[in-house]
Amino acid sequence: MANFFLDNKDFLYHLSHPLMKKIVELRERGFEDKDKYDYAPVDYEDAIENYKQVLTILGEICGDVIAVNAESVDHEGPKVVNDRVVYARGTQENHEALAKAGLYGISLPRRYGGLNCPLTCFVMSNEMVSRADVGFENIWGLQDCAETLNEFASEDIKQEYLTKVCYEAATCAMDLTEPDAGSDLQAVMLKAHWDEDKQTWLLNGVKRFITNGDGEISLVLARSEEGTTDARGLSMFVYDKKHLATKVRRIENKMGIKGSPTCELVFTDAPAKLVGDRKMGLIKYVMALMNAARLGIGAQSTGLSEAAYREALKYANERKQFGKPIIEFPAVYEMLANMRAKVHASRAMLYETTRFVEIYKTYEAIAKERKLEPEERAEMKFYSKLADAFTPLLKLMSSEYCNQVAYDAIQIHGGSGYMKDYPVERLYRDARITNIYEGTSQLQVVAAIRHVTTGTYLNKMREYEVGEYCPDVSHLQKLQSSMIDKYSAAVETVTSKNDNEFIDFHARRMVEMAGHIILGYLLMIQAAENDDYRLSAEIYVKNSVAEIEKIYTFIINSDLADMDPFKMIKEA
Amino acid sequence: MLMNKPLKIVVLAKQVPDTRNVGKDAMKADETVNRAALPAIFNPEDLNALEQALRLKDKYEGTTVHILTMGPYRAADIIREGLFRGTDGGILLTDRKFAGSDTLATSYALACALKKINPDLIIAGRQAIDGDTAQVGPQVAEKLDIPQVTYAEEIIGFEGDELIIKRRLDRGIETVASTIPMVVTVNGSAPECRPRHAKLVMKYKHAKTISEVQNLEEDYYMNLRKSRDYLTISEWGVADVDAEDPQLGLTGSPTKVKKIENVVFQAKEAKKITSSEEDISGLVKELIASHTLG
Repeated sequence: MANFFLDNKDFLYHLSHPLMKKIVELRERGFEDKDKYDYAPVDYEDAIENYKQVLTILGEICGDVIAVNAESVDHEGPKVVNDRVVYARGTQENHEALAKAGLYGISLPRRYGGLNCPLTCFVMSNEMVSRADVGFENIWGLQDCAETLNEFASEDIKQEYLTKVCYEAATCAMDLTEPDAGSDLQAVMLKAHWDEDKQTWLLNGVKRFITNGDGEISLVLARSEEGTTDARGLSMFVYDKKHLATKVRRIENKMGIKGSPTCELVFTDAPAKLVGDRKMGLIKYVMALMNAARLGIGAQSTGLSEAAYREALKYANERKQFGKPIIEFPAVYEMLANMRAKVHASRAMLYETTRFVEIYKTYEAIAKERKLEPEERAEMKFYSKLADAFTPLLKLMSSEYCNQVAYDAIQIHGGSGYMKDYPVERLYRDARITNIYEGTSQLQVVAAIRHVTTGTYLNKMREYEVGEYCPDVSHLQKLQSSMIDKYSAAVETVTSKNDNEFIDFHARRMVEMAGHIILGYLLMIQAAENDDYRLSAEIYVKNSVAEIEKIYTFIINSDLADMDPFKMIKEA
Repeated sequence: MLMNKPLKIVVLAKQVPDTRNVGKDAMKADETVNRAALPAIFNPEDLNALEQALRLKDKYEGTTVHILTMGPYRAADIIREGLFRGTDGGILLTDRKFAGSDTLATSYALACALKKINPDLIIAGRQAIDGDTAQVGPQVAEKLDIPQVTYAEEIIGFEGDELIIKRRLDRGIETVASTIPMVVTVNGSAPECRPRHAKLVMKYKHAKTISEVQNLEEDYYMNLRKSRDYLTISEWGVADVDAEDPQLGLTGSPTKVKKIENVVFQAKEAKKITSSEEDISGLVKELIASHTLG
């Protein structure tokens, strides 16, 4: 009888964030649906009440169904039978419970049968489902594909596919990766050609590492322009499983997230519809999809961290050694407090980023309905830029913390944690993918570094620096200010060399410095709310001081020649 | 074929104290259960009954499902829980005169209300976890003088004019047929009730009885309630069901509860017993000595 929404006060905190008012009013377009749909909210309070109700239903399913099934799903996993994926029994139960509760289409518009909840609620749902079972969250979270269709597809396609998600709980897949096109998606080869006789696009080729590859709706990146070899020859297509023109050749045998089927797919004359404009597949639509997916991994990482932290806390209270619970020992309580600070920091960053993404995306959607006012346009640009800067930073920081928290959770369990008897063993394996898929940590740094060099992060830090904080954390302000100065000096040292390789060499260090400072501020903002946040702010910022000092020392004393010993590895 | 006629189903449901958490203050001075001291929940087997009703609604187009519950004002929660899962409405039978009812008085009051509603099918949970009597369903059937099937696990559907029902008994499964109207009581082994549906929760979350609305400091959603009549939950008192006072409440209830205790079984030690004559006769002797047997 657990409820993953009601047992975590952080959700209520973020639902009552000052920006939510704006978000809800934008999303509901002044509550215009209230007379058209009996389940539409009539005002802001009513809308928030709706979200709480929806998340309560979801929280209950997470606690009572999905979390309970997680272990058996991990053991059983999906199978391939006659070229099709058959989910583990627990996965089917999870899916059915969410479908019966009418939760699919949580953030899709009502005209397609969706619940029209804000992105913030969808992200919260992702976090809760992840806490219950990270592997299953992939299937649930792939509703991102439906969001992408909603953003870019024609009305016909939306009517056909989004209603399937909402009314039939159709699941989705995004088919991007191929054997020779992973991080470098420009190399995608799967071919799309227009068949004049059949009056349809036909897809032929192979996709690999496709999560939920046998889902009902697939977004497929394919080469529509014959003779091209780069991004400009790629378009986005939507394929419906009903055509049975794909075969699942195999399911990967993975280290973790075993419930999530990772498929190798063969497309043979698979009929598909073009999404949006030709040649914009990678340049525009995949980029949007990837940004949404990265936010999704932020939620996944936070949910998993929450689960691992709770397991560790429980064990540390129960396990007695030397005549007392092990949580009494500084070595253990320090670990736990650091874990909690990382969970809080990840979550603070997750919802801050979500709000930025949500505001600019909602303005983009409104811009298709009417002309935006100049100040609205300015606001859209403002939040779009912040979203662009925060998304890779979120993905980087939260997925790395997720791994650290899962690692420490095992450590607190000692030998028992290494056994299959406790959930932390599964969590540790599941955590390992979060800083790999949807762009490795290294690729997040590539996406984030221009916000270091162009000053987006520094400007945001300077803004936070002059903010007002509760008196309990005011002593941290001075520490943060001195860290900003060190960050700024380190960036200056690197960029002044005018050498791109040198920037790349120090990129991760500089991005992480920015991450520490920004996450620290977000925790300080929350500190006024309650003691738990205040303690996490205290711990996080003090740790950041040491981390930043280390990075600063390394960078400030380095020059171009310092890269040479590292480069020598290429000759090894 | 009767199947062309949509069914009118009433589910009898009860709000019960969560007896899994019985504390010291479980009883009141007048020897009735102190409901305020325990969290109030939807009686679990009534949820199984509700699911059976909703499945019939899914199966036979035009079928309606209403919950009838008797209890204090806060038992309106039960009606709302039904609405969140797909019922068409519900009636809260509430009146001070019903207070303190045992199963006899309860089934009398319910039967009076059911005569007003005149349903084709009445489905109830086998028993409530606070009383564990399993009497109300059968008594309602007797009072209405209609057939009853108890221990149902699945209401399969109609064959001709007869409703086919699978019963779960100690030694197996029995499939029976009956004409309607009738009463079916459902076991906990029947399928679990479906979860609350997101859209229905959003639609019905402001649904309230008139008494509940009157007790609000400010009815923030008054205008909404005026324009959407499904947001008002029906509330019936003694006068609405033509019941006679002497058969109601404490005066109509011969049963008195003496005491409630929370009994915790503790396994102190495990003992392995083989199938040898010696071990078995040893165990029997031991059980007789402890008065477990005999």
